[in-house]
Amino acid sequence: MTIKKRYEVSGDDFTHAGEASGQVKRTLRQLGYDADAVRRASIAMYEGEINMVIHADGGYAEVEISPAQIDILLADSGPGIPNVEQAMQEGFSTAPEDVRSLGFGAGMGLPNIKKYTDEMRIETELGVGTKVYMTIRPGSKAE
Amino acid sequence: MTIHEVIDALEANVVTEGDLGQTILTACGSDMMSDVLAFVKDQSMLLTGLVNPQVIRTAEMLDMRCVVFVRGKEPTEAMVQLAQERDMTLLTTRYRMFTACGRLYARGLGGGCDEI
Repeated sequence: MTIKKRYEVSGDDFTHAGEASGQVKRTLRQLGYDADAVRRASIAMYEGEINMVIHADGGYAEVEISPAQIDILLADSGPGIPNVEQAMQEGFSTAPEDVRSLGFGAGMGLPNIKKYTDEMRIETELGVGTKVYMTIRPGSKAE
Repeated sequence: MTIHEVIDALEANVVTEGDLGQTILTACGSDMMSDVLAFVKDQSMLLTGLVNPQVIRTAEMLDMRCVVFVRGKEPTEAMVQLAQERDMTLLTTRYRMFTACGRLYARGLGGGCDEI
């Protein structure tokens, strides 16, 4: 059985960033996934959600849950990532100073997503937007 | 160390109460939530001077049961509500970050952020 869910991620309110990730976390927990997989999926999605609010004025998330794996797509219509390799480096950030004062923008978002997922892929086009695909497999050890 | 013992060590006020008998194995002190998200430990708690709802959401993602606000910072009403919905304990202490962490460390609570 596969469960599909879609969430809109508002870009204008940092306060609500993470609501979709929290809902996915509770759903996965209710479905009985192991704690490690639930945590990895929710952290990775949360980092992605925060990125969408910081950099891209929001977007949407699609989550597909099956017994073997959890697939998450985060898509936005933001400015795109000029240099993905650079963006994947820990500590590299283009976030404005006000975002840092909120506890984010330390250049850990994408590296954290990579760390907690079994597969991660970024499709980005300048001026068009970014799609981040992630897969988490229960029982594996991505970290 | 239980949350009860954390309260004693930090002379903390309880803002909202989850299970105070819960055992805490490690702690992480930071105002950078992305750094906190990089270091996952079981049964950990967070000490922070940052006050916004993302502190509660970060703790939720990491399955943390307790957040301590240092140097007299008070969580907002929205944060308290989020924490209550998640059965999370929120504490405040007048101690600054370094001192608060030191008081817990001296009582045997290890760091959740010291391994990369």
